[in-house]
Amino acid sequence: MSTDRIEKKITLRAPRERVWRALTDSKEFGHWFGVKFDGPFVPNTPLHGVIVTTAVDAEVAQHQKPHEGKPFDIVVARIEPERLFSFRWHPFAIEPGVDYSAEPMTLIEFVLDEVAEGTLLTVSESGFDNIPLARRAKAFQANEGGWTMVVTLIEKHLAHDAQVAGQA
Amino acid sequence: MFAALGDETRLAIVARLSTGGPRSIAGLTEGSTVTRQAITKHLHVLAGAGLVRGVRRGRERIWELEARRLDEARQYLAEISKHWDVALESLRKFVEN
Repeated sequence: MSTDRIEKKITLRAPRERVWRALTDSKEFGHWFGVKFDGPFVPNTPLHGVIVTTAVDAEVAQHQKPHEGKPFDIVVARIEPERLFSFRWHPFAIEPGVDYSAEPMTLIEFVLDEVAEGTLLTVSESGFDNIPLARRAKAFQANEGGWTMVVTLIEKHLAHDAQVAGQA
Repeated sequence: MFAALGDETRLAIVARLSTGGPRSIAGLTEGSTVTRQAITKHLHVLAGAGLVRGVRRGRERIWELEARRLDEARQYLAEISKHWDVALESLRKFVEN
């Protein structure tokens, strides 16, 4: 499994031009994504926005609520009509007081294809391997799974060693 | 992965790499009663389980923990991936209405 790239495919029951508008009109994008941009998307141009709550899903909005008002900065990359839209951002840049500007950004690409059911949207985000590991490790709270167990084992082992050393 | 850790010596190796950082086989053998050959064998078992990896540096091989890096990176991606699933569902609601 790649640690550098995510790819998602979703078939939307909507015409291509509708999906294109939802992606590239910054107001429409903000509406479903939950962000308010200062202006339109322009190729190779940075754009500032703030996190708001999505207007289309109450439950998702609930999760966005704590982050409301936080800055949301992107740099638009390419806009190829009804085919490709891409921008860069700092993933998970939601920790207050942290300056992310010096860190590498990931590239998000939306690619549209016409299919019988409507529009096939492929979204990819890449460049994670350039993000400092410390940042990646911090971005998730849930530290379940394998590594927790390994750490527990090591801690137990070290505690046992210290005990033996203490007895010697 | 956990089977690989079900051995005292291997656990000691992982613990040592975890607290002391990457080191050579000589560095791992130091102060241990276990032979160099045995350590090497254990390292290969750990490497097979994706827990450590050896990087050649000059004439020797430096061993480091791999599990933490990979696990963290994977969890991070899984988390981002979930966020995208949620966002794309919102997009679906938005354009299909």
